[in-house]
Amino acid sequence: MRDTFVDTTTALLADDPRTALVLADISAALFAPAAARHPDRVLNVGIREQLMVGVAGGLALTGLRPIVHTYAPFLVERAYEQLKLDLDHQDASAVLVSVGASYDRPEAGRTHLSPADVSLIDTLHGWTVHVPGHPGEVAPLLRTAVAAETSAYLRLSVLSNDRPLGGDGALQVVRDAGPGAPLVVAVGPTLDASTAALADLPVTVAYTNRPRPFDTAGLRDRAGTDVILVEPYLAGTSSRVVSAALADRPHRLLALGVGREELRRYGSADDHTRWHGLDASGLRRSVLDFVSPVLH
Amino acid sequence: MTAITTTATIVEAAAPLDGRQPVAPLLERVRASREFGTNVYSTIDVLQVLYQRVLRVHPEAVDDPDRDRFLLSKGHAVAGYYAVLAAAEFFPADWLDDQGGPASRLGDHPDRMLVPGVEIGSGSLGHGLGLGVGSALGLRAQGRLEPRVYVLLGDAELDEGSNHEAITYAGTTGLANLTAIVIDNASATHGWPGGPAARFVVDGWTAATVDGRDHDALHTALTGHDGNRPHVVVAVVEPKEA
Repeated sequence: MRDTFVDTTTALLADDPRTALVLADISAALFAPAAARHPDRVLNVGIREQLMVGVAGGLALTGLRPIVHTYAPFLVERAYEQLKLDLDHQDASAVLVSVGASYDRPEAGRTHLSPADVSLIDTLHGWTVHVPGHPGEVAPLLRTAVAAETSAYLRLSVLSNDRPLGGDGALQVVRDAGPGAPLVVAVGPTLDASTAALADLPVTVAYTNRPRPFDTAGLRDRAGTDVILVEPYLAGTSSRVVSAALADRPHRLLALGVGREELRRYGSADDHTRWHGLDASGLRRSVLDFVSPVLH
Repeated sequence: MTAITTTATIVEAAAPLDGRQPVAPLLERVRASREFGTNVYSTIDVLQVLYQRVLRVHPEAVDDPDRDRFLLSKGHAVAGYYAVLAAAEFFPADWLDDQGGPASRLGDHPDRMLVPGVEIGSGSLGHGLGLGVGSALGLRAQGRLEPRVYVLLGDAELDEGSNHEAITYAGTTGLANLTAIVIDNASATHGWPGGPAARFVVDGWTAATVDGRDHDALHTALTGHDGNRPHVVVAVVEPKEA
């Protein structure tokens, strides 16, 4: 996904003189050709994340469209007040693009895990959040985000599904079990494990790579009584949105995702997927526990 | 410093330099019999020199892309700022009478979305210089080489580490269209041995440290950039009362 991001951003910088890129050393080498062509619009401030976001706010105030990129915890957690004040409070906007996701590099330990990034962005108002499930989804999502005027967060990961799904962020039904069936909403890279886990069960599986704004109209169209969220970041991040969308109906919600506990374990990303119950067998176990009383 | 001495200093310092509305009575309208902190009085002279003699900004062209930018980073120094903006007719003086009220656009910290002429919303210390660096970079990237970006900070505000990210980056990359102004009323808890300017100069800025009450000295310093490097003006005023 990062390579696609680099190629697409390099093309955007060449095509649109309003576009600027702000870096804090991460990925700077990959953008060296773009920096050589556009030295005034490819700005590497060094390992200075507060300044990176402040600079983005200032660029936006002068009319540019900044793309801001680094590792997820440094972009969202370290510079959170800059997001709140240097962008939102100034009525300035930017496109943030992170790498690292919840546990792309777990051998690096807690400092490089960022399961709370989408929750933190969700405390802000009016942001679009894109969580691509495949490298092939990155370019159109990035182009859409940069072409818009509002702020967006694009969360890249080394984890992905086998195939890209297009679409505009509306819920896409991948497997339809008919009216009233439990609805599983899989976000981004969790889709393949979700479909594998539930292949023989009478549940509908829908996909989105745009959890904000959440497709609440599509959710209301598709949801029966039971809704299961599968998110690749903190479990429950989208619970409030689903609950509000279905407030006028009796419903049950199971929110799966990354746990809050610090595991203090290294290993691989696949290990962490399993430990958080987001692999196929873990998902199947959780979903069966939730829907079994209904199915029987 | 006694209250009486302070007031006398301000009325004298706030005398208008041209035919526009005097600043001192406007400041009194904002004050509305409340006690101001010394931070209000520490900035009033710099603000007057900027708006009367330095900044290329006009109330009828607050969105002109080629205007100079003034970013008040220490947003609590707001009363004098509002008085100076009202004197320059960025907004009606009667806005001053209800500052902080439920229908007022004038908070205890300024909001750029509510007050014409205000370039940034500030209040949390340590945000203005980063925004100023970004503004200077954005102007340069668009070939707008005439406008200059001025950011006003306090010596205590320099405690915030975000400033030092901006100081070093702007200095080492030679961001020539940026001026920082540090009001030094010796209020930083642990001080700045050698003076605030030293923190900038070591990274390649040009610097001038002047009497923050001397309008001609301020004017000379505020127009003293060399066109190749960022510039800092340290305006020294009376130490903040303990």
